[in-house]
Amino acid sequence: MDNDQVLLEVKGLQKFFPIRKGFWQRAVGQVRAVDGLNFHIYKGETFGIVGESGCGKTTASRCIVRALQPSAGEIHFRVDDGEMTDIANLSRDELQPLRRHMQMIFQDPFSSLNPRMTLFDIIGEPLLVNGVTDRRQRVERVEELLALVGLRPEFLQRFPHAFSGGQRQRIGIARALALNPSLIVADEPVSALDVSVQAQILNLLLELQERLGLTYLFVAHDLSVVKHICDRVAVMYVGRVVETAETQQLFESPKHPYTEALLSAVPLPDPTLRSQRIILEGEVADPANPPSGCYFHPRCRYAVDLCRERTPELEEVAPGHAVSCHRALELDLAGTLDAPVPQTAHS
Amino acid sequence: MQNDSQPILSVRNLKTNFFTDEGVVRAVDGATFDVHLGQTLGIVGESGCGKSVTALSILRIVPRPGRIVDGEITLRRETENGQSQDVALTSLGENSREMRSIRGAEIALVFQEPMTSLSPVHTIGNQIIGAARLHRQISKQEAREMVIELLGLVGIPRAESAVDSYPMQLSGGMRQRALIALALSCDPRVLIADEPTTALDVTTQAQILDLLRSLQDQKGMAIMLITHNMGVIAEMADQVVVMYLGRVVEEGPVNAVFGESKHPYTQSLLRSIPSIHSTPKVQLPTITGTIPHPYNRPAGCPFHPRCPDVIPGVCDKHEPELHTVGDEHLVSCFLYHPVPEAGS
Repeated sequence: MDNDQVLLEVKGLQKFFPIRKGFWQRAVGQVRAVDGLNFHIYKGETFGIVGESGCGKTTASRCIVRALQPSAGEIHFRVDDGEMTDIANLSRDELQPLRRHMQMIFQDPFSSLNPRMTLFDIIGEPLLVNGVTDRRQRVERVEELLALVGLRPEFLQRFPHAFSGGQRQRIGIARALALNPSLIVADEPVSALDVSVQAQILNLLLELQERLGLTYLFVAHDLSVVKHICDRVAVMYVGRVVETAETQQLFESPKHPYTEALLSAVPLPDPTLRSQRIILEGEVADPANPPSGCYFHPRCRYAVDLCRERTPELEEVAPGHAVSCHRALELDLAGTLDAPVPQTAHS
Repeated sequence: MQNDSQPILSVRNLKTNFFTDEGVVRAVDGATFDVHLGQTLGIVGESGCGKSVTALSILRIVPRPGRIVDGEITLRRETENGQSQDVALTSLGENSREMRSIRGAEIALVFQEPMTSLSPVHTIGNQIIGAARLHRQISKQEAREMVIELLGLVGIPRAESAVDSYPMQLSGGMRQRALIALALSCDPRVLIADEPTTALDVTTQAQILDLLRSLQDQKGMAIMLITHNMGVIAEMADQVVVMYLGRVVEEGPVNAVFGESKHPYTQSLLRSIPSIHSTPKVQLPTITGTIPHPYNRPAGCPFHPRCPDVIPGVCDKHEPELHTVGDEHLVSCFLYHPVPEAGS
């Protein structure tokens, strides 16, 4: 794909949080939550960020929509097929006209909707903020949005408490769509939902993408969900991308030992596939006090002396497949698709 | 195989209701299953299906206004002369001496939230020592040594110093390990694990599941694993119970329930999970609608409004019962058993 298909490009994004101690609240150190992210998202695709808690995936997504001010780095965003703009250091006023182009869907459908506002107020608020002051126009648009996400337009004057988790997530999606954004940042949009409802929301997201040509940045920890919905995936570990590739490629032939372990740890809903899991020793490194060299080396079963000493760079090993591992080219790692395809349980 | 021996714990037609001001919630409505030593029974279902209340009922710690209204829970206990004796837990008082000697000692519980189920103001060691000394006649020093050994067993590094740490000093995975150590402190024969890995990351989840499996191999206890994650069940369980709105809809050996699932709910649930092996970016088959609110539970089979194979006039009128469809494989659905006569 050529360069004018890129919607968002992130270069060297960093976000450090100071650790404050003592009476004067002096900064005594910093948590390197996001430590040098590089990736780009093409128009119309779904880009997934996966990783375990504390790896910085949520911080990264919040920096991209500028809910947080990045410590360093560039975030280039294309508005209306025009030129790319670096939004990393824009002021509040400069950001205001750009914000409508990127919207968020949140994880928890219970705390992300104001219980004192009706659906009309919730979904109509972004319209009001962006200058749609005519009430009739807003009612029309909100009804249209409700229909779009599969809710009945009569629900307009109801409050969120009358809805189930899945329906509330639909309300959150309708709110995100109100201003016709080009980029939707979805932070764990299905992880708080029941399995049967999760499938409904995933279907809705896919359907909306097809109809409206949306681009998704999809942050998740559930690899099966990511595999299902994403075109390309970045795997994060302690604030850095350790591997990025097209989804199929990543699951078929991971090149980073952490990706391999992560893929192998997912329990599959098929008892005939109880395979030998790779059980990682120890825990995710502390981003306030990361280990030397490659952050993953204390848990890596392939680590050599070099890994302790030098930090590996994210380097391309195949077209579109970048890995940050000193031994990426010599290791032969197992993907999940090597396992025999299970016979469908109910054909 | 396992049915050569008697079950250690058997639950028959358990019904637990909550009597609230708005009405009666039938949280558990006729659960029947057996738990065997050395085996793992998986209870799976979505929110509100009664899986946690089942666990609370077995331990007799159902919070008010909940009450067990019917059914039997029988625990096989070893008496001092090596004989076994059946105790009906449902006939014991909630706070009776005998129930208290069972709760925590014979049947132990591992909770879901490693963050909230430990006291923040006591050290890990003191919390486990307290529990152990409640059930066992041992000195503080002996208990402390035992706790250090246990913490090592569940894989907490540097157990000698970890014993004096507070829960906030440990990570989520380590806290869950500490909770497992707490549950194991009295050598239970039945371990109930209620969503033990839900709050954890996948790599930590793999560690904890591996730990539970190796502890079971060492100690031969029975594990009752409650979760909503079909993957965890497939990974761990020998027998599976699938629940929906308080009722058991299907139960049987794990290969039968996953490989030849019979109930439309189990089938659709399995189909709706995106799998690493499924085709990406296609619409997933879904279950229509949402789980009904417990106050408006549908008449007849509780799944009928969402069921793709609903038989009009039957499923919405009569309640199906568990029927055998294969080797130890039971299903509660009118597709597999005769419709009761009218008026019955």
